[in-house]
Amino acid sequence: MKARFLPLAATLLIFLIAYAACYLQYPNMLSTRVVGNLLTDNAFLGIAAVGMTFVIISGGIDLSIGSVIAFTGVFLAVVLDSTAIHPLAAFVLVLAITTTFGGVMGAIIHYLEMPAFIVTLAGMFLARGMAYVLSVESVPIHHDFYGLLQGLYYRMPGGGRLTLIGGLMVAVFLAGILLAHRTRFGSYVFALGGGVPTARLMGVPVARTTIAIYALSGFLAGLAGIVFSLYTSAGYSLAAVGVELDAIAAVVIGGTLLTGGAGFVAGTLIGILIMGLIQTYIIFDGTLSSWWTKIVIGLLLFSFILLQKALVWASESDRAVLRRRLLRSKALR
Amino acid sequence: MNATSSEVLYRAEGVSKRFPGALVLDGVDFILRRGEVHALLGENGAGKSTLIKCLTGAYRRDGGTLLLDGESIDPRGTQEAQGLGIGTVYQEINLLPNLSVADNLFLGRQPRRFGLVSTAAMRRAARGILAGYGLDIDVAADLGSFSVAIQQLIAIARAVNLSGKVLILDEPTASLDAQEVGTLFAVVRDLRARGLGIVFITHFLDQVFEIADRITVLRNGRLVGSKPTAEMSRVELVTMMLGRALEQETHSRAPQPEISGAAVAEFKGFGKAGKIAPFDLTVRAGEVIGVAGLLGSGRTETAEVLFGVERADSGEARVGAKAVSLTSPRAAVAQGFGFCPEDRKTSGIIADLSLRENIALALQARRGWSRPLSRREQNALADRYIQALDIRTSDREKPVGLLSGGNQQKAILARWLALNPSFLILDEPTRGIDVGAHAEIIRLIEGLCAAGMSLLVISSELEELVVYSTRILVLRDRAHVAELTGSDLTPDQIVHAIAADGSGQAGA
Repeated sequence: MKARFLPLAATLLIFLIAYAACYLQYPNMLSTRVVGNLLTDNAFLGIAAVGMTFVIISGGIDLSIGSVIAFTGVFLAVVLDSTAIHPLAAFVLVLAITTTFGGVMGAIIHYLEMPAFIVTLAGMFLARGMAYVLSVESVPIHHDFYGLLQGLYYRMPGGGRLTLIGGLMVAVFLAGILLAHRTRFGSYVFALGGGVPTARLMGVPVARTTIAIYALSGFLAGLAGIVFSLYTSAGYSLAAVGVELDAIAAVVIGGTLLTGGAGFVAGTLIGILIMGLIQTYIIFDGTLSSWWTKIVIGLLLFSFILLQKALVWASESDRAVLRRRLLRSKALR
Repeated sequence: MNATSSEVLYRAEGVSKRFPGALVLDGVDFILRRGEVHALLGENGAGKSTLIKCLTGAYRRDGGTLLLDGESIDPRGTQEAQGLGIGTVYQEINLLPNLSVADNLFLGRQPRRFGLVSTAAMRRAARGILAGYGLDIDVAADLGSFSVAIQQLIAIARAVNLSGKVLILDEPTASLDAQEVGTLFAVVRDLRARGLGIVFITHFLDQVFEIADRITVLRNGRLVGSKPTAEMSRVELVTMMLGRALEQETHSRAPQPEISGAAVAEFKGFGKAGKIAPFDLTVRAGEVIGVAGLLGSGRTETAEVLFGVERADSGEARVGAKAVSLTSPRAAVAQGFGFCPEDRKTSGIIADLSLRENIALALQARRGWSRPLSRREQNALADRYIQALDIRTSDREKPVGLLSGGNQQKAILARWLALNPSFLILDEPTRGIDVGAHAEIIRLIEGLCAAGMSLLVISSELEELVVYSTRILVLRDRAHVAELTGSDLTPDQIVHAIAADGSGQAGA
């Protein structure tokens, strides 16, 4: 197996072992009901994490997504509460806002040569602040169309429900996988993560790609916000605090290099599922504190960072050995 | 040797480039023919890379015309030059190690089907391209998993595939071993046969004579000459590069007596693979060993191995009678060694610290931070060396960065002298300082050696070297090839030793 795929394989293996362990203790864990809930409960986080995966592969970071999710929720709640705009129109409007917001952050990062960390940190405060400006209260959403969307689901064999938002997350992941690994844009994202000066020399449109990456992250954060408002039927400016950190954790656990240049969108899905699985287990157990989720995720993160470092070391020493042999055996005519 | 076709492919006329305060290219002409490997040579600062950057549009030239296939061109960047047919491969490979080989070859122009990259088609095409270079590798693997040599070939394949008329290779062989160089040259010959014009920049003269059809030499931003390789001798080439008129009466000077005093340090079979071939060296008290060679011949590498900057992987070192291991500069300092590196701006002075602090630095480092030098001791130390070396400064608290080059050099020298070393290595002590300061540094060197210190001085100023050296080591292609003593200590002999063919008897 190529070293590139090792982190992904390790994540998958951990997920399967963890799931098997849970199944042995609580056989119900394998039911489609649990799987359906796993997807539904983590839909907004998963969608946001897809955007985060692109950002991190490109060598950046986006700290604003939690705030953008909250802003989206509050915006939708306030707009639906105080105007007669149809939710679909409101969705389009809010997605346009969050996409532009991300694109502007990308433009600042590129043109002003500012670190993504600082720019998106400012974006985080700005979006959260805008949510407060709209409303400091939790605003409930009562709209027939919301009820319609929340009622949509596909009944899986065994009685589990694949809800609209759970299905949407899966669709976003599929689209993300194609975009990352099968398009020129995707290869540009990886190229930026490999080194911006080199990428520029090789003809990558650096400005356009950087802006597009953060716009994509903003778009997906907005979509996650819509999903979150469907999930909670409310908009609250204090919601989704720290979601960006959960997303980063899922991305790293999914085998994406935090320094950029290598990673998998599919790995992020497994990362999300691992985190969801731990929470589900805690609910099944009933006696454990929910903080165990954080502890286990912390430990997992540590072990993945170690794994990635070990892989880097291993591939470096490999290369020294391979160097001469490969050349002699193959390159000579 | 291939017959060179006479069809001109790329012609540069009167190219000039000015940087603030300096004219780095002064009306240089350069003619590249179809199916020709054209070596571009010159010492540091000769203007090679500036010329290349003007040819590829990386720099905007201040004057001159560029004609590609007889048509005037004016590339505004490397991308545009690439589109016109001029590809460049740099020494540090400019590909992305985290992408697959196929992605690297096709980045931005991957074949697509229904909007998605057709991976299979791309890999097929990549294999097809690389087959033309005798490479049969897994194009889906990360580029970074291959050796530098293979990455180099892939970079060439990409450049040729993108541009296809002119290929510029900027020191492509610097980090390759002999066998890898052979592979690379096979590819270069093949491309030449396909009618490309290839500009080849290197420091290795053997490689120039092996592969180049024509040689152009630059010096100080000016064209020195351009000739077919067949009509050029090694001595002529070295003379052109170093700018020595050999016929001229060389510096007359009484041959220095050979010193046969006690060995301060002895090195046997000392070397590091890929840096400098194993060499023997005995350093005697009170002698100055000069080191001569072209840029990239292994001069600095010799110094770095001796001082433990690069860890030697063969041979042994003895100081006095006992064997020592020089694994780090710290270990070398403990043995009484000192080293003033070539580039004092990046690895010597600390520009923002005062003269006093710069002088006290090495001594303080040896004492360890737990036993600080008192301010009074530092002052005394600084004053002593400011006087002894005649460092021109208003006071000892002046930041070193504000002093002139010659005085900065003296400050570094003072730093090492404060340690009272038994063996001091100076790498290009007179580079970048004015002529008056040259003479002072030379006087200092002579004074130090009269005081019983041993020195190893690396310099490309041959006239200077013969003045102060007791003997001179000549380096070529990362190996010590000759040692000159007595009446052989003339610039003339040094040039002959540098230029001597690998098989010939050097410096006889």
